[in-house]
Amino acid sequence: MTSTTQPTASGSLLQVESLSKNFGGLRAVNNFNLELHPGDLAGLIGPNGAGKTTVFNLITGVYLPTSGKISFKGQDISGLPPHVINQMGIARTFQNIRLFPSLTVLENVCIAYHSHAGYSMQDAILRNSKFEAKEKELLEKAQDFLSIFRLEDRQGEIARNLPYGEQRRLEIARALAADPTLLFLDEPAAGMNPAESMALMDLIHFIRDRFKLTILLIEHQMRVVMGVCEKITVMDFGEVIAYGAPQEIQSNPRVVEAYLGRGAAELAEKLQRSKAQ
Amino acid sequence: MNKFSKSTLWFLGSAVAVYLVIQILVSTEILSQFWNTIIRLGAVMAIVSIGLNLIYGFNGQFSLGQWGFYAIGAYAAADVTYRWSVNNSADGVVVLALATTLSGVAILWLHKRLSKVRGLDPLSAFTLYLTSTILLSVLAVRVGVAITPAVTSVLSMLPAAISMQIVFILAVIFSAILAAEISYLFGLPILSLGSDYFGIATLGFTIIVKILLDNSDTLLGFVEMKGARGMVGIPKVTSLFWVFIFLVMVVTFIRNLLRSSYGRAIISVREDEIAAKAMGIDIAEYKIVAFVIGSFLAGLAGALYAHINGFLHPDTFNFIKSFDPMIIVVFGGLGSITGTIFAAFAWALILEGVLRLFLPQGFETWRFVVYPLLLIITMLLRPAGIFGNYEIPFLRQVLPKIRQPKPVEAEKAVEVKS
Repeated sequence: MTSTTQPTASGSLLQVESLSKNFGGLRAVNNFNLELHPGDLAGLIGPNGAGKTTVFNLITGVYLPTSGKISFKGQDISGLPPHVINQMGIARTFQNIRLFPSLTVLENVCIAYHSHAGYSMQDAILRNSKFEAKEKELLEKAQDFLSIFRLEDRQGEIARNLPYGEQRRLEIARALAADPTLLFLDEPAAGMNPAESMALMDLIHFIRDRFKLTILLIEHQMRVVMGVCEKITVMDFGEVIAYGAPQEIQSNPRVVEAYLGRGAAELAEKLQRSKAQ
Repeated sequence: MNKFSKSTLWFLGSAVAVYLVIQILVSTEILSQFWNTIIRLGAVMAIVSIGLNLIYGFNGQFSLGQWGFYAIGAYAAADVTYRWSVNNSADGVVVLALATTLSGVAILWLHKRLSKVRGLDPLSAFTLYLTSTILLSVLAVRVGVAITPAVTSVLSMLPAAISMQIVFILAVIFSAILAAEISYLFGLPILSLGSDYFGIATLGFTIIVKILLDNSDTLLGFVEMKGARGMVGIPKVTSLFWVFIFLVMVVTFIRNLLRSSYGRAIISVREDEIAAKAMGIDIAEYKIVAFVIGSFLAGLAGALYAHINGFLHPDTFNFIKSFDPMIIVVFGGLGSITGTIFAAFAWALILEGVLRLFLPQGFETWRFVVYPLLLIITMLLRPAGIFGNYEIPFLRQVLPKIRQPKPVEAEKAVEVKS
């Protein structure tokens, strides 16, 4: 491997190069490439089992890559533990919501803010003025996050008692409390009705502008992906099969084939040809 | 400055009031010596169980090792005070203080350095820690023996009662630190195991400690501990006063820890390890922090226990007894300090006190039938424990009032709502 300090291509925030992951004999991700620039709102789609979540887990440090290089802000982050990667500025949500279920809504957000607490354990045990001031600041900051996501009335409630949509919002609020520059959303619209996913799309645009974020999302609801993402990467069997703007992706025969099978792809091609004539 | 809130004053006030009432009742001999012992035993059990509640109830690591650290604290402190009161030598306190301080500094220093090393295998880290602490302990013994006469003569100049108290308090504190350091060394390799395996490993630890204590005079070379015959002649210096002081300090300490960002980090490990990691929490770090603090409290309680009866026997630290704090924690409510304190006193007053007085001789053998039965009934009727996660106001998290969002934010929030 080459040296880790080598700067990445101009202006890219995250650069993933020829990333691969084997689980025993199964190659879950094969030669995956991805580049994100600051402010991007990108999507990662593909049929079930294509390896999308594995890519998330590789970048956020849950799994160790078999080979390949991941650089974030010009630093090699492959092989770092997840909490360090989070502290460097990559936050995520989970496909099946992972809140801290028996803690209050406010505590959920406070935990994500832990690395910015600004006081030591000694300060906490002695309850000195530094602790009092910083803890107050921390709680207020967490409340601000809750009010941005309209959860301020819920601060004292136990997270598992929230309705589904609010749990999703809380998970996003919690991810943002860690003060990331890059946010990964793993199927944020899963289980939402059309009205809820519309609201979610607005929310994603809003947080991107409000927190100056770069966002990468995995999604199955095409309405959401096509409506929100500016660039889309399509995966199938662990490999990237297409990359481009939503319109390009929709008409790409390889994508149609991956989703609907070869027959459908041929049909789509025929249709397109007849349209062109 | 308004440093003490209403709940703090309530807590401290009622603690002092309870102490004064019991002290007066004991002094006027309305409460017999038997009850005096039972109450002190209750407070000691409260401290050891609070430690276990931190490890199991708040951090989610099922540990049966608490009793082993309790035993270490008890024997270490007993040996120190024995050497002072019987041999008139401060060698115990000097060596223990030196060894724990040096090892403590070394562990903290190594911890700071090693945590920056990427991908260090826990076993090689463990070897580094172990060799450095062993080397420093040998050094501490050499230096300690050399400076003992000087320390002994200084302490001897004080009145006998005062010097005894000083040696006792030092013994308690340094024995607790010793237990904490051993728990760090032990926890380092095994905390990376999953929770169930961790439980088995800690059970093994308790058994090892018990066996070593059975042979303390031969294997370990501490003749005064008398191995399986039991250690006698320990000064009975654990007074009601000390027990209450330590209990109040421990409760305040644990409240301050848990109701801070560090406490929330400890709790997040119990809630969901993967989510905690993804939120920037170093879960390995907070597992070891909770384990070490919990073991520190076990050592502290053990040291206090040793000086209640003045007699220690390895059978007291049998692994079956290691379920006592577990029963107390589960009975009182996992994750409730209030419940733990209540259950610890209930355990002492009812199971060790009342039943022993009213039930016929030979009941003691039935205790290990009664305790598990009680536990089963609790699990069936109230799986969350008697107190669930109720806390007295002093121990609660104070939530600030909901503030109205700033106008700009509110506007945007509405925009999102559309």
